[in-house]
Amino acid sequence: MWQILTGYWSEFITGFGNTILCSLIAMFFSLILGVFFALLEVAPPKIGRAIAHIYIEIFCNIPLLVITMIFYLIIPQFWVKVSGFTAGTIGLALYTSAFIAETVRSGINSVGDGQMEGALSNGMTYVQAMRYVILPQAIRIVIPPLGNQMITLIKNSSVLAFVAGFDLMYQGDIVAFSSFQTIETYVIVGVFYLGLTLPLSYYMRHLEKRLA
Amino acid sequence: MKVVSSIIEFKHVNKYYGKLHALKDINLKIEEGQVVSIIGPSGSGKSTLIRTMNGLEPINSGQLIVTGYDLANRKTNINKIRKNVGMVFQHFNLYNNHTVLENITLAPKIVLKRPDAENKKIAMELLERVGMADKADSYPRQLSGGQEQRVAIARSLAMRPKVILFDEPTSALDPEMIQDVLDIMKYVADQGITMVVVTHEMGFARKVSNRLIFFDQGHILEDRDPVEFFKHPDTDRARQFLSKIISKD
Ligand SMILES: Nc1ncnc2c1ncn2[C@@H]1O[C@H](COP(=O)(O)OP(=O)(O)O)[C@@H](O)[C@H]1O
Ligand SMILES: [Mg+2]
Repeated sequence: MWQILTGYWSEFITGFGNTILCSLIAMFFSLILGVFFALLEVAPPKIGRAIAHIYIEIFCNIPLLVITMIFYLIIPQFWVKVSGFTAGTIGLALYTSAFIAETVRSGINSVGDGQMEGALSNGMTYVQAMRYVILPQAIRIVIPPLGNQMITLIKNSSVLAFVAGFDLMYQGDIVAFSSFQTIETYVIVGVFYLGLTLPLSYYMRHLEKRLA
Repeated sequence: MKVVSSIIEFKHVNKYYGKLHALKDINLKIEEGQVVSIIGPSGSGKSTLIRTMNGLEPINSGQLIVTGYDLANRKTNINKIRKNVGMVFQHFNLYNNHTVLENITLAPKIVLKRPDAENKKIAMELLERVGMADKADSYPRQLSGGQEQRVAIARSLAMRPKVILFDEPTSALDPEMIQDVLDIMKYVADQGITMVVVTHEMGFARKVSNRLIFFDQGHILEDRDPVEFFKHPDTDRARQFLSKIISKD
């Protein structure tokens, strides 16, 4: 095992780096999109609700691999060619954003109508009420489940392996094929993933206690 | 556009929840400084009526003019009305993420853009007034219901409103807390602030308010002097209602 790790060190590190990069980019955009669609879904205009609802239903209910394949294979036929890394990261960001939107929406809803009515009756606009009263309460509710979604996102980034995205999983496949040390290789890959997800998971638990 | 009229005026207002006709052709004028109690059976539409007055519930037809602005007009900026019309709820609705003091200073700061020092001074005076100054740094969850409601009234007063709407402000309180809140409401009335109060407190309705509305099934059945009303209700519905309430005590 030690020989595999040292012998293929640069392959593993390249994969590890790409997994981290893909995860960070996907986290960033999935959070922005997720919060945006959640706000659209709870806001008064019906048209916004409908759009958000359709977006969420679509991306929650199609497998991540299919979304990624659409970006990898179909989009280039009509428009521009995208690398596996880009297609996978876009797929991951969109897919995760739908779940984040659902989480944030339920967090906002659990704050309760009374808080909004109190703020509006006090003269605040809808946006002020959201900013100063509703969202600060929703964030506390939403942080633990969002943390879980970030961990899931890191694990799901292995979808890049299917579209030659040079992530940890893809590099693991290459090492496994060329070294024939399949079991050892995937144990090492697993440990690398744990190196990302475990600290995040402990940090989330710590944050959860602090917020409680 | 601002029009000169009563501070609150309903003209043929109708309100539906789906098929349910909650407010039926309401015509009502409330003048500045009046203290109006609204009583009536549960489910008759009292909350709906009072919640239309600051636009928390939209109306379906008619005109509803509050502090000079027509709530039925889509172009009306509802926030202009809400700056002048406070509301106190059965379940208080204090901001759970803010301290007592912040609950009172937040809206004056961000809505009225009043300076911080002035907000704090006004807030502390009001907290003193409602007997809650020692709780200025507490959070709502650390207060009893009666204390929360006193803060909620102070929060409304800090906006220096022309009107305050009260929707059953004492219905969620333990009996020993009720009088404190009623005393503060009496103080509010003495300030000359127009008050509309949905209540089951007949003592308040009779002694503090100077006008009484008996509401039933989406209609105003009686609109009179409270003392006269309690002596001789005009309608059978009101007589039935009063006999039920009084036999409960
Ligand atoms: N948001 C709502 N959606 C549907 N029906 C409602 C809603 N709010 C109130 N109602 C109905 O309207 C009627 C009047 O309710 P309400 O104004 O709360 O009465 P009250 O305050 O006198 O008890 C009731 O039949 C109630 O069930
Ligand atoms: Mg009610």
